[in-house]
Order: sequence, then structure tokens, then C-alpha cells
Amino acid sequence: MNNQHLQVKQLACIRGDRHLFSELDIRLDSGQLLYLQGRNGSGKTTLLRTLCGLFHPDEGEVLWCGKKVTELGELFYKDILFVGHAAGIKLELTPLENLRIYMRLHELDVAEDALWQALQDIGLKGFEDLPARMLSAGQKRRIALARLLIDKAALWILDEPFTALDVVAVDLLQSIIAQHVSRGGMVILTTHQEVQLPDHQVQRLRLGD
Amino acid sequence: MFSSLKMIVLRDLMLAMRRKTEVLTTLFFFIIVISLFPLGIGSDKQILIKIAPGVVWVAALLASMLALERLFAADYDDGTLEQMLLIPQPVFVLVLGKVLAHWFLTGLPLVLVTPLVGLQYQLPDVAIYSMMQSLLLGTPILSLIGAIGAALTLGVRGGGILLSLLILPLYIPVLIYGSGAIEASMMAGAPVQSYLMLMAAFAIIAIIFAPWATAAALKIAVE
Amino acid sequence: MTIGGLYWGFFETPDVLSDQKQYYRIIFIHVPAAWMSMWLYIVIAGWSLVGLIMNTRLSYMMAAATAPTGAVFTFIALWTGAFWGKTSWGTWWDWDPRMTSELILLFIYIGYMALQAAIDDTRRADKASAILALVGVFMIPLIYWSVNCPDPNQCTALHQRSSMESIEPNILWSMLVMTLAFWSYSFYVIFKRVRNTILEREKHADWVNELPEIRSNASGI
Repeated sequence: MNNQHLQVKQLACIRGDRHLFSELDIRLDSGQLLYLQGRNGSGKTTLLRTLCGLFHPDEGEVLWCGKKVTELGELFYKDILFVGHAAGIKLELTPLENLRIYMRLHELDVAEDALWQALQDIGLKGFEDLPARMLSAGQKRRIALARLLIDKAALWILDEPFTALDVVAVDLLQSIIAQHVSRGGMVILTTHQEVQLPDHQVQRLRLGD
Repeated sequence: MFSSLKMIVLRDLMLAMRRKTEVLTTLFFFIIVISLFPLGIGSDKQILIKIAPGVVWVAALLASMLALERLFAADYDDGTLEQMLLIPQPVFVLVLGKVLAHWFLTGLPLVLVTPLVGLQYQLPDVAIYSMMQSLLLGTPILSLIGAIGAALTLGVRGGGILLSLLILPLYIPVLIYGSGAIEASMMAGAPVQSYLMLMAAFAIIAIIFAPWATAAALKIAVE
Repeated sequence: MTIGGLYWGFFETPDVLSDQKQYYRIIFIHVPAAWMSMWLYIVIAGWSLVGLIMNTRLSYMMAAATAPTGAVFTFIALWTGAFWGKTSWGTWWDWDPRMTSELILLFIYIGYMALQAAIDDTRRADKASAILALVGVFMIPLIYWSVNCPDPNQCTALHQRSSMESIEPNILWSMLVMTLAFWSYSFYVIFKRVRNTILEREKHADWVNELPEIRSNASGI
């Protein structure tokens, strides 16, 4: 895991008429965290989606371990985990089913017990078998975040992961992130909340100034 | 790759079972549309037999269209679509899985319910048989081509109407040969086989090219 | 561009060239318009393909600008076809394969433009309609063929009522001139439209604001 790195070269994105950012260079090495800051509409989400390959930049490129993400394609997706604005869960299904589908589609080798354990750790004990529709906004968010506990991807891309979480969950998420970074993983996140992040090896980037 | 494909199909079928109304709506829409024609035109047996092939196929087109709008839209709205675009599989697999599930839920029930239509329209057995055959070959094509339109109109205002505008002209070859096959089966000596072969050829072409176009359209839609 | 405008003058001339039967005149509009309607669709598909491969915005603009002209020609072909049909076959509309294909082509043009108009984000609109155009160019021959021979067993009976050789050279020539005129008209209109599109999309760019006509407009206000 130690020699993995993400590199962004001369990236430029335009949405509609607005030039969000241009000539953006980033380098993120294993065991580092990138804290993305900026006003609403400064292009944070677009940048994150560009890194995932969901948005095509107008100029520049994203490199994963020195290779272009566009050429790596599905191989790159083995190494990333994305939690977006939308939770990405099905409300008709239970938390357990949501997590199980995620696991199968991402070809993760996780035992059934580990799924129950992950849901328990994230604070959904007792809610595993209820349709997600019945749960609160924060609990739905927790289902999405339970992925962090089962996916072994190196690079986490988290768009506003702290939204709708209570104090306990915020603490929990902070420690999960810190643990991932200390294991040599990489995290890129945006947030408007004041959160404690592991201070060593944090890069900060302000967009839209 | 096949395990992912299976998982996507199972997922969609499971979701459909949780809200059964959507599945049944399509089927009953098909039956109702078909039942309306004899009411409007009269129950003269000769006329009914004459219009049956066309009516069945037009109803099948419309019924298939009805559910298309939701094909990707539900997943697009709750963010699961972008999650599924990030699985370590080609988007082709995702599209094929979703289309397959769509066909199981909307195409296959139509095929199974056609004998009932045959009775309503007093068709000979041989026509009912070829009707089932042509629907069995034709409805997957409808799902495959329709998926392109569903992906193109994803998240667009007025998407449902636009979808029908885009897709219905493309359904014409299926309509012509599908109803042609049923008609041919009722005429002595007309070989039905060539119609069905042609539709099979269409189905193969569609299964190769349509998911590819749908995948491209999906990637554009989530941007 | 101005040359195109001059050629437009040919619109009237071919009518005079032949004083055959009265209703024959419409062929000068009908046939070239039908040709144009198909050609322009291929042009759209071509530009779309270039756009998707090279990711150049200009080719999308060209494709989008071509569509309305193509639709207009399709409509003209249908309309004049209906008039012609009325005089020669005694009916406004007949489910003749060629008419049907032309009608379907019109549907596809409308679908293309509707999709383009419905999507707010120009980038997405461009790409999505480009995909639609390519799907269309793939499907049109199939549709055309299926309409032409609904019975796969007897496909030889193509409903061709006229062939090139049977046409008098006089008429043929004026038809070709008309086609040329339509081409020039299309070029003129399409380039005009692309120019507008570019100006609109790049209205924030400096070079746009320095154009003489824009400056004079601005000072006029």
C-alpha cells in the first residue's frame, strides 16, 4: 500500500459558463489526508467527482500510481471508495441488504458476520433488518458510512461525510478516518463542519479564491 | 463479471418485489389497452383477427415504454447509480443487468399473458403461438433500445414524454416484423420462420450495440 | 456566406426552365429537399462522431445547427410530397414506403432537437444528442429497410416509381441546380447559426466583446 499515490496535473473544470478551477496540481501520497475547503459552489464536489472519473475534466489529467485514471478504468475502481452527497442506498432495502449488495458488486471478500459487525460498529445495532426508509437521516448516512468498515480500498473520497451525523457519530467517523490514514490509506474529504482531523500529514486546499 | 451481472439483476428484482405495484401496473396496462380496442371498434370476429397483431404489438411498445422511465431514474435520484458506476466492472455489465431485470419484469409477463389476448381476439392457436414467439424475441429488443433513451433523458425535465418521442420511432422495425410474423402465421403457406429469424438477428445486433450506447449515455448523465 | 445567399435566387428560376405538366414543377423542391433531409442527417451524425471522438465543441455546435435546417427540409419534402400526391395519385397521404420513411426521419429530427433543448447543461446536451444522432444513423437504414419490405420473403418489390434514366435531362439539370441551391442555403444558414451559437456560448470571452457589431450595439444602448 505504501507506494500508492494520486496525482492531479493541470486540472481544469468548467460547469456551464463558470470556470471552477484551472491549473490545479495535487499530489497525495499514502498515509496522507487532503482537506478540501471552499465556499458553496467553489467546485469541491466537481473536483471529487472528477477524481472518481464521474466527471470529465476540460483539461489536465488524474494519475493513480503514475497511470492515467481514464486508462485504468475498472482497475482504478478497485482502489477507491466514494461517498457522495446522496447516500447511495436503497430505501426499500434493509441496511444489511444494502451493505451486502455493495459488498457483492465490489467483489469484496467479507463474511456475513463482518457485515453485522460493521453495522453494529457504526451504531445501527437493532436496525439491521428494518427497511432503510424507516430510519432517520443520520441513520441512513450511517449505512453509507458502514462501507468504510468493510471496503479495503486505499483511497477514500468523501463528500461532506459529516452531514446529518450526531456528535457521537462525528467522533466515530473521525477516528475511522484517522485509523485509515495511520494504516497508510489516503483520504480526500470536504466538510463545512469543524472537525478534528489527524494533524500530521494533512494537506489543505482552498478552492475558489 | 457474471456474478456482478447476476447480483445487479437480483438486486433489481428484489427491489421490484418490495413495490409490486410497479410491476403489475405494466402488465395491467397492456391488458387494458388491448381490451379497449374491441370496445371501440366492435367485436366483429373478422376485424378483430385482422387488427390483433398490430394491436398487440403497439400495446407491447407502450407497456414497455411505461416502465422505462424508472429504469435508471430511481437509482439516479438516490445516488446508487453513481455507486454502481464505480464498481470494478465495465459499465456494459451494469447496463446489461439492469436491462435484463427490466425485461424480466415487463417483457416476460407480456409473453406469458398473450394466450389470454389470443382468446379475447378469437385467434387460432397457431397465431397465439407465433405471437408468443415474436414477443419473446421482440420484447428484449424493446428493453435494450429503450434503455438508450432512458439513459439519455435521465434527470431531464419532461423526461417521460421526451423518452417516448425519442424511442418510439426506433421501435418501428420491431413493430413491423413482430406483427408481420403474427399475420403470416394466420395465412396458409406464409413462412413465419423468416420473420422470426430476422427478429433474432435484430435482437443479437441490439444486445451487442445498445448496452454500449446506453453506457456512454449514462456516463454523460451523471456528470 | 454571401455566395450562399445569392444562390438562393435560384429558388425561382428552375420553375421557368420546364413547362411540362403543371404539377411537375413541385419536383424541383420535393426531390432536392428529400435528398437534403437525408444528407443533412448524415452530416449531423458525422459531426457528432467527430465531437465524441475528438471532444471538440465546434463539431457539436455544427451538428446542433444543422438539425433545424434538416428538419425544415424534411418537412418541405413531406409537404410538397403531399401536394404532389394529391395531384398525381389523388390523395394527400398514402402509406408509401418513401413517405413513411420521410415521416419517421422528421420524428427523429424532432426528437434530436427536443433532447438538445430539454437539457440545460450545454455540455451534456451536446454529448447526449450526439449519441442519439449516432444511434439514429445506425437505426435509420434498418427502419428504412423494414418499411420498404415489411415481408422479408418478397423484398424485391421495392416501390420505386421513378428512376434516374427516365427523367428528361432538362428536369434533371434543374433539379441538380436546385440541390446545389439548397446546399448553399444550408451552408449559409448553418454557418450563420453556428456563429450565433458561438457568440452566445462565449459571451464572456474578451474577443466577443471586441467584435465591431457587438461594440456598436453596446454603445448604442
